[in-house]
Amino acid sequence: MISVNNVSKFYGDFRAVNDISFVIRRGEITGLLGPNGAGKTTTLRMLTCYLPPDAGRISVGDHLVDAEPLEVKRMIGYLPESAPLYADMMVRDYLSYVGSLRGVDDDSRLHDIAAMCGIGEVMHKNIGELSKGYRQRVGLAHAMMHDPEILILDEPTSGLDPNQIVEIRKLIKEIGKKKTVILSTHILSEVEATCDRVIIIDHGRIVADSRTAELKSAAGGAMRLTVRAKGADFSLLTSRLADIPGVQSVEPLDDAEGLAAAAVRGEGGADIRPAVFAAVRDSGWELYEMATERETLEHVFRRLTRGGEDEL
Amino acid sequence: MNFKQPLTIMRKELSGYFTTPIAYIVITVFLVITGWFFFSTFFLYNQAELRGFFQLLPLVLSFVVPAVTMRLFSEEKHSGSFEILMTLPVSASDVVLGKLLAGAAFVALMLAPTLSYAVSAALVGSLDPGPVIGGYLGALLLGLAFSAAGVFASSLTRNQIVAFIVGLVICLTLTLIDKFLFFLPAPLQSAIEYMGADFHFRNISRGIIDSRDIVYFLSLAAVAFIGTVRMLEERR
Repeated sequence: MISVNNVSKFYGDFRAVNDISFVIRRGEITGLLGPNGAGKTTTLRMLTCYLPPDAGRISVGDHLVDAEPLEVKRMIGYLPESAPLYADMMVRDYLSYVGSLRGVDDDSRLHDIAAMCGIGEVMHKNIGELSKGYRQRVGLAHAMMHDPEILILDEPTSGLDPNQIVEIRKLIKEIGKKKTVILSTHILSEVEATCDRVIIIDHGRIVADSRTAELKSAAGGAMRLTVRAKGADFSLLTSRLADIPGVQSVEPLDDAEGLAAAAVRGEGGADIRPAVFAAVRDSGWELYEMATERETLEHVFRRLTRGGEDEL
Repeated sequence: MNFKQPLTIMRKELSGYFTTPIAYIVITVFLVITGWFFFSTFFLYNQAELRGFFQLLPLVLSFVVPAVTMRLFSEEKHSGSFEILMTLPVSASDVVLGKLLAGAAFVALMLAPTLSYAVSAALVGSLDPGPVIGGYLGALLLGLAFSAAGVFASSLTRNQIVAFIVGLVICLTLTLIDKFLFFLPAPLQSAIEYMGADFHFRNISRGIIDSRDIVYFLSLAAVAFIGTVRMLEERR
């Protein structure tokens, strides 16, 4: 559906997007995940013909973005970050304006889309008077006005309260059953909750591209323990724990109570808990805390976007 | 070229003027100023003509038109709605044409009430229709050309004040250029005079409709139009 080949984008000397390639298939919800400033928005702007790529090729459907921008724009519904809509226009007027530019200006479509996005009761208000949640929904309605094959949403849930976030996600999932959706976010739980597939970018490069479930299971094997013990000094604790077979790394943790604390990461599926307990007991320390957590997508994200160091 | 998209954009911009106070303020100011200049000399000269009104029109429009057009691109760039507009299925020339026509249509609507001056002049004396028809045709052409210049100024910046000042400078230069020529050699004078908007407007408002004057205004609008389209495409 969308294919991006070796695309780069420069702002002066700054390389915002650096030689990225990916393919998006029909009917998937893809999450573009990355820290702020990673190049997510720039990538989306190139897909939507707002910015031309400096190098590489982008095709949407059968059309190249720089050769047939109008065809590409017709296939896509796009909602930029924070929904910058005309504040002094009435919702109804705005949507019918977009509809007539899109070639779908009949009243029944307007009615359907308003019902679908839950904005029926604000149709006669000015956009500037709406709450952020409603504005975002009007933005979604604007993007879906012409029933596009591809929906591109830049940080669709930023600035919303938790209830609104859940509603918007539900709406996106609903749309994603029939359409191709690309959304960008820096919130991991969003990807876990909504996306079939995730592309992680950092400093303009793609650092991971896989199905959400695969990424999770790849991450899910390793075990992390937080250990706090009294009577030990840190270097001794580290060396004892590091000697245990199956332990991959031990890192210092701060502790407010004056205990020695460390984060221990195990390899693969190895269960290191009994050995860690035994090591602490045999050294004569008192074990105050041993907490277990499975590695989640969050740790994977941190590892991938911080050049390998895991600082949790 | 398909005119559906530009016309949709024009309708939206034009109705945007009238849903906010801008239109009413600008039209009021325009009518007060031109009305005062018209009636203050009308009874003095004791002639049924609109010369006083048309003489001053290029100068008044130099201020009013940039004030009308300053928001057309600057506001969109400032609020970010420019990104939405440019990702709708419209080309840069659709957008520029729509906005330019909205500015010109606004000028036409603003001029419409001044027809009452012509009517009152015709009631009290015998009004020569030639200069009036020429004057209004010239005013519309001038409005189109100044709108194009104002839209161009607006596409340069996201700050509306800057857009207004740049537009004002362009329009004032076009209006006043032939007033500063006395120190130049004669052949150069007529060449530069030909570039001034006021010179062509004076010709046309005498009631002599010459194709050269019409071509001048249309090419002025075309140059500004092309420049604006370039500006939009160069945003990258």
